[in-house]
Amino acid sequence: MNKRQLSKYFPIFVLPAFAAFCVGFVYPFLHGIYLSFCNFRTTGDAKWVGLSNYIQAFTDRGFLYSFVFTVAFTLVSVVLINVLAFTVAYVLTSGIRGANIFRTVFFMPNLIGGVILGYIWQIIFDGILKNYATNIKLDSTLGFWGLVILLCWQQIGYMMIIYISGLNSIPDQLYEAAKVDGATKWQTLRKVTLPMMMPSITICTFLTLTNSFKLFDQNLALTAGEPGMQIGGETIYRTEMMALNIYNTFYQNLNSRGVGQAKAAIFFLLVAAIGLVQLYLTRRKEVEQ
Amino acid sequence: MTKRFSRTLTTVIMALISVVYLFPIFTVIMNSFKNKTAISASPFTFPDADTFVGLENYVRGVDFGGYPFIKSVAYSLLITVLSTVAILLFTSMAAWYITRVDNKVSRAIYYLCVFSMIVPFQMVMFTLSKTADTLNLGNPLGIVIVYLGFGAGLAIFMFSGFVKSIPREIEEAATIDGCGPVRTFFGIVFPIMKPTLISVGILETMWIWNDFLLPFLVLDIKEYRTIPIHIQYLNGSYGQTDIGAIMALIVLSIIPIVIFYFTCQKHIIKGIMAGAVKG
Repeated sequence: MNKRQLSKYFPIFVLPAFAAFCVGFVYPFLHGIYLSFCNFRTTGDAKWVGLSNYIQAFTDRGFLYSFVFTVAFTLVSVVLINVLAFTVAYVLTSGIRGANIFRTVFFMPNLIGGVILGYIWQIIFDGILKNYATNIKLDSTLGFWGLVILLCWQQIGYMMIIYISGLNSIPDQLYEAAKVDGATKWQTLRKVTLPMMMPSITICTFLTLTNSFKLFDQNLALTAGEPGMQIGGETIYRTEMMALNIYNTFYQNLNSRGVGQAKAAIFFLLVAAIGLVQLYLTRRKEVEQ
Repeated sequence: MTKRFSRTLTTVIMALISVVYLFPIFTVIMNSFKNKTAISASPFTFPDADTFVGLENYVRGVDFGGYPFIKSVAYSLLITVLSTVAILLFTSMAAWYITRVDNKVSRAIYYLCVFSMIVPFQMVMFTLSKTADTLNLGNPLGIVIVYLGFGAGLAIFMFSGFVKSIPREIEEAATIDGCGPVRTFFGIVFPIMKPTLISVGILETMWIWNDFLLPFLVLDIKEYRTIPIHIQYLNGSYGQTDIGAIMALIVLSIIPIVIFYFTCQKHIIKGIMAGAVKG
């Protein structure tokens, strides 16, 4: 295609997607940055207040607590999901019978949306916990592990698919060479399989990291942040993750929307930073191919 | 001998784990046939003569909360299909253009798309819902534009990657034969893109079908409730909780997903791989 001839076709080829992109992303993003420096209830009554929203966000105990909770949750989930998904993928590619059926079973929960997953697990947890006269919304430790189990159940299948395809793409010669050299199964796993799997591990770690950090639907449906705890006149929700904290700041108290937008901007910077750092760290370890 | 034994053992262990893995779904199905008291009192027992209620929960469920469930299914389906088609069509066109016409504007759009992929929804949640409100996009057709806009980044990024791998000679041959850009794209490039179109389509379908917060904030939810919004509504403090009806609705909302999986299994796996390669 002649470049000059094609370039006149911008309105036909690019404009529809780009106009929608401006409506659905560019304008809301820029407007969001601006509003994070304003006090507002609706978009029309914004008054510039400088950094005050950011200062309030950083001194908001509930927000700081949700940050700590989110970090802890993310660390635990990332490790568990990846170790379990890798193990399942490793077993399923070792030539056992019915591997396809097992793959389907492990993948299935991934197709169910977060809200529905949350309620399914609420029924399961509360069914068990009522024998101990408690429920998932009463105990923050249970809430934490409940969320971890839920997310593992949902994400293992997805990561497993990526690991399976990574494992299948390792050339057989490498395994044969290891065998000739007399490597044990464990040595082969550590010295051949794992280094060759670094690209898949990078991708899965990155995906689970951002998925866990940004978790919202499951959090809302399973615990909704409960239980609450009073500290110095503020209520801190013990299982509230950052995304839910931001949502509640926006929609439970109309006077704190500016603070909510500032929290959202901080959240965005964290998500972006984590993604970049993590990508940089693991890319270095990849085997040159 | 030992190898065969250990393989059989692994299969048995995996089978047991699979049963445990599917246990939550079994529980919901089982409970959807029990009466309310039995669901809360003993959620893990099979329905018996006293607790079995047949399809009663389903009958109550389909118009529970004063909102017919079939409407939710229809809206979910409509929004998912239209949004996915719009994303596939318009972003593949845009990606082809910005890859082939390599100038400052194209590059700026491309980097903007990459950038949008790392922005969490919470950042634009409020302003996007207000913008949609101002432009009257709070209906099943309007939300298609919102999805096209918010989903464009990832889609353009993935399509651009694929377009780079298409040899230009094919398109040049078409130009020599007298095809304009529109015919070249739809006659030649679009069919070549089919595998990527399917992969992106699967990813978008899975996202939009299950999405809760975006439609919840954008749509006029008195009128239009997708399945996740409906389920959230029933379980929240909005109506009195009828746990039997909710069980039935959860089962009903899983059925389309299972059908989708078994009809598109191969493509779903390819879609995940395509999405994963890009990180």
